[in-house]
Amino acid sequence: MQSVREDHKARDIIKKPLPIIYRWLGDKIFLIVVFILGLSIIFLAFSMAWVLYDEGSLAIKEFGVIGFLKGSVWDPGVRLVFGALPFLFGTMVTSVVAIAIAFFPAIAIAIFIAEYAPKWISNIIENLVHLIAAIPSVVVGIWGIFVFAPWMRETLYVPAFNWVSNYHPSFLPLLGNPMGYGMTTATIILALMIIPYTTALAKDAISQVPKEQREAAWALGATRWEVIRMAVLPYARGGILAGAMLSFGRAIGETMAVAMLIGNKNTFPFSIIGPAATMPSVIINEFREAVENIHLSSLMAIGLALFVISLLVNLIAAYITRKFSITGGQVV
Amino acid sequence: MIKPKKTLRQRNIKDRFMVSLLVLSTIIVMTPLLIIIAYVVINGVSALNWDFFTQELGSPARAMQGKPTGLIHTMIGTAVVDFLALIIAIPVGVGAGIMLSEYPDNKLNPLLRIINDTLNGMPAILKGLLAFALIVKPMGTFSGLSGGFALAFVMIPIIARSTESALMSIPWSIREAGLAIGLPRWRVVLSTVMPAARTGLVTGFLIAFARAVGEAAPLMFTSFGNNYLPNRWIGMLLGPVDTLPQRLYSLAISPYKEWHAMGWAAGIVLLFFVMALFIMARLLTRKKVYY
Repeated sequence: MQSVREDHKARDIIKKPLPIIYRWLGDKIFLIVVFILGLSIIFLAFSMAWVLYDEGSLAIKEFGVIGFLKGSVWDPGVRLVFGALPFLFGTMVTSVVAIAIAFFPAIAIAIFIAEYAPKWISNIIENLVHLIAAIPSVVVGIWGIFVFAPWMRETLYVPAFNWVSNYHPSFLPLLGNPMGYGMTTATIILALMIIPYTTALAKDAISQVPKEQREAAWALGATRWEVIRMAVLPYARGGILAGAMLSFGRAIGETMAVAMLIGNKNTFPFSIIGPAATMPSVIINEFREAVENIHLSSLMAIGLALFVISLLVNLIAAYITRKFSITGGQVV
Repeated sequence: MIKPKKTLRQRNIKDRFMVSLLVLSTIIVMTPLLIIIAYVVINGVSALNWDFFTQELGSPARAMQGKPTGLIHTMIGTAVVDFLALIIAIPVGVGAGIMLSEYPDNKLNPLLRIINDTLNGMPAILKGLLAFALIVKPMGTFSGLSGGFALAFVMIPIIARSTESALMSIPWSIREAGLAIGLPRWRVVLSTVMPAARTGLVTGFLIAFARAVGEAAPLMFTSFGNNYLPNRWIGMLLGPVDTLPQRLYSLAISPYKEWHAMGWAAGIVLLFFVMALFIMARLLTRKKVYY
């Protein structure tokens, strides 16, 4: 039935050839529509940069680019002086430490599921990793607020605080206030959140290594670990590094869980377990309540700084993918 | 690279050692992640009740006096804002995906691809700021519409990328068959390539939707939040609207115990939706997933 109808249709088309205008104009219009839709994505990216610059220009003019980035005072209440250094520092420390914690475990899981584990275990773990990567950041945040932060406070921070105050009181300012919400808590949660993401990207990179590469190493009499060490990891290094870079970008932009756990203290310098703030967390916390134009503009300027950093990280990831991987292909 | 000094025995021991290290780190990392899910499920399920799905939130006093409160307005708001975002994002994302896959030698494509990937990597909060500047400021009020646009900005790059790869997976012979019976190029794309790729397309939409449903950051200063149902349905689009992730955040940082419990309940509902969407997408296709 189906095929007869299809045949009929095809014969119709052949019988009366389509008017040239339908073909030519249709193709032109289609290309233009699709072109405009593609262009609108480019427009979106550029308008994001422009909007952030435009809205932040008041603060940039007032404090100067360098002055704004180097300023360590953030006082929206009285003096209306704004400097981004505490947030730049907070973002950088939390994300660098988070990716440092997350990198090796993530690679380990990726190697395990790609090379060692039996098929069914590797399937389970891989699906689980993807599933966990999809958990919304607020859901992790609520666990952090009500379970993880109090637990860290009881088991780690308070004993550490007592020990330091008994034996090395001079280190107290460096250690900070053991309220549970702070830099260390946020960093650990951040690391936990980016592990599945890094794992998924690393697993994809490892899976792209061709079979011949492994077989050659097997043929030399290598053990399983030596195969991975000699044949798999060097081949996949570009993809793994690019994936780590993308995870780093994700850690920089991670907003909700960090805002819920970092304690939101806008002053500089920071302490290890005491409260701090990052660029996204300060925007989330203060944007809704900002009344002064200069305050709003400063938050937009922080958004601009965040934009520039994310842009750099993403471009570096794209560059690594292209240059350092042997395949030169795309990762995810 | 294999040093001849090592005996096979030593090499085998190293191999075993590395395996156990890998297994150990896998277990160590997966455990806390599973604990998070377990906590949310246990606390969330015990906080769920009928009122949660049928009542408005109201003021904090309402919860403290033990009157029935719930998040019906939040769930309706989430549905409105998220589907609005999907309606905005699908044409743009699919269009750009067609551009990338069907016109591979167009001069726009290298730039489009790199910008799309960069946009995908941009923090969601910046997309919220963009929607704030483009829509909230001219409208003069927080609105569901602006929330929809903010989430659409999250979805568009994901849909564009997944559409591209779904269309690319269709062999060129299908297109050639279409061209051979005299179809113009646009009919080839719309009536042969896209139907053949529909599973991949739908998977991409689901992934994008799942990602956007969980995003709170872009909604904080676009749809803003609202403790009540809007008076008229149009208020969903033109006035402040509550959404699940943003409400979850507000509940969690509020000082009221009753609201904390409700936060857990919101957490399990949100988790359930995201997981359901995600599992659906995984079941539809075993292809790679684009975050």
